[in-house]
Amino acid sequence: MVDPIVYYLVIFVLAIFVGYHVVWSVTPALHTPLMSVTNAISAIILVGAMLAAGPAVMDWGGWVGVAAVAMASINAFGGFLVTQRMLEMFKRKEPKAPAAKDAK
Amino acid sequence: MSADQVALWYLVASVCFILALKGLSHPSTARRGNVFGIVGMAIAVIVTLALVYSHTKNVGWILAGIAVGGAIGAVIARRVQMTQMPELVAAFHSLVGMAAVLIAIAAVNDPASFGLPVPLPTGNMLELFIGTFIGAITFSGSVIAFGKLSGRIRSAPVVYPGQHWINLALAIAMIAFGVWFFNGGGWLPFIVMTALAFLLGVLIIIPIGGADMPVVISMLNSYSGWAAAGIGFSLNNPMLIIAGSLVGSSGAILSYIMCRAMNRSFISVILGGFGGEVSAAAADQDKKTVKSGSPDDAAFIMGNAENVIIVPGYGLAVARAQHAVNEMASKLAARGVRVRYAIHPVAGRMPGHMNVLLAEAEVPYDQVFEMEDINSEFGTADVALILGANDVVNPLAEQKGSPIYGMPILEAYKAKTVIVNKRSMASGYAGLDNPLFYMDKTMMVFGDAKKTVEALVKAIE
Repeated sequence: MVDPIVYYLVIFVLAIFVGYHVVWSVTPALHTPLMSVTNAISAIILVGAMLAAGPAVMDWGGWVGVAAVAMASINAFGGFLVTQRMLEMFKRKEPKAPAAKDAK
Repeated sequence: MSADQVALWYLVASVCFILALKGLSHPSTARRGNVFGIVGMAIAVIVTLALVYSHTKNVGWILAGIAVGGAIGAVIARRVQMTQMPELVAAFHSLVGMAAVLIAIAAVNDPASFGLPVPLPTGNMLELFIGTFIGAITFSGSVIAFGKLSGRIRSAPVVYPGQHWINLALAIAMIAFGVWFFNGGGWLPFIVMTALAFLLGVLIIIPIGGADMPVVISMLNSYSGWAAAGIGFSLNNPMLIIAGSLVGSSGAILSYIMCRAMNRSFISVILGGFGGEVSAAAADQDKKTVKSGSPDDAAFIMGNAENVIIVPGYGLAVARAQHAVNEMASKLAARGVRVRYAIHPVAGRMPGHMNVLLAEAEVPYDQVFEMEDINSEFGTADVALILGANDVVNPLAEQKGSPIYGMPILEAYKAKTVIVNKRSMASGYAGLDNPLFYMDKTMMVFGDAKKTVEALVKAIE
């Protein structure tokens, strides 16, 4: 029986490789949205915070967990929404395109 | 919900996160990518909620925490200005770091609620130690970075003798307390270790000056990912490990790209306390003469050009002149002038910042080019218009022995005419004089970037 930590290590190393290759393919123009979206993704720590915030009996550790949930949620919502806002700006301006076609 | 189901849903969420990053390879697919990211996060949260509910039924406070945090996050995301993105990202990093520390505290307090064996096995404690100290460093480091970026604390480097040795001693002490902790030391070493990590985070970031902030933000981005991965290891949670590693490697790559663009070594960045090397400013400024001109002169030259490349720097964003620049570019385009923008990787305060600022001003992204793609074009350009940039166009970077030798620059000096808008002859962050300003083909237009560009817009008509 392999120790679970070995499996986690395998997952860890492979995930780093995936991250490495995917991130190099990101266009430099979008590095700020990349940073804000990875910021939002790191709010995945919310999953750990939720486990801490939902014990059978609420003790002070549970309240610490609730605080962590609130913090990670700021990050998750704020991160994805601000990324969306930025990416909207990179939209090709639609109204100009039909006008150009008409001109032709 | 069974453990197997949870693990499979986490796999789906992980794939969504990878697709979110993948989408950023082109502006046209990026928004879809972000939606994948949101879906991934939603899956992870809902599955975890179901898991907690099936165990303890105690999800009320979790939902309350999400509602409060989510509302705050949504308001911030809507209100923040694009020039403030670096501060915002730094603040968000600090939250991830703090959340990691809080989770570790909760896990030490009550391992059973995370489904961990009681007492905690040494391996998990070791991982908790790693997750906690990275989280703590991320938190305090990000708070300092936020303070420096938002101007709440002085952005000048704070240096004192023996700085590196003090940091090293603190790091060793922190590890020693960590070893004590995972050998069954309990709360005392855990608290001391965490306090030392908080202190270390502050000390690593204070010696770093404002100009190096793009590297700092990328580095803290990476740290926040590793903190999440460390907590994932200690809680035996593959979701945290995968997402944390993606973020960690992304931040590391961005740090590397920023270091290369600023001519700094990656190793010295990781160790902290880099930058801030004081380079003596060239004092022979008064001997050389610059040719200065009015906006009207500049407009005349550009109006008769065929090919103009605009080099925007952070000074442009500070003056909020992006919209005026776009207006000027469209005026020029209407007269048949080909206008393009050349972006240096460190043109803003964080990677890709200038691209966002131009996109906000509705500059079409297909006119905006990265350094590697446009450098060969300067030779055929009639005019290089430099707005609020300095070091990134300094030809000294190509001269051996200069303090910035080796730093990649935009080769604006190759253009037939160079027009530079600056407020004064003050040197840039590197503290170096810029020979470009004294070239015969260079015309300086002094003044505030916004006013100057607005004058250019009028003059072109």
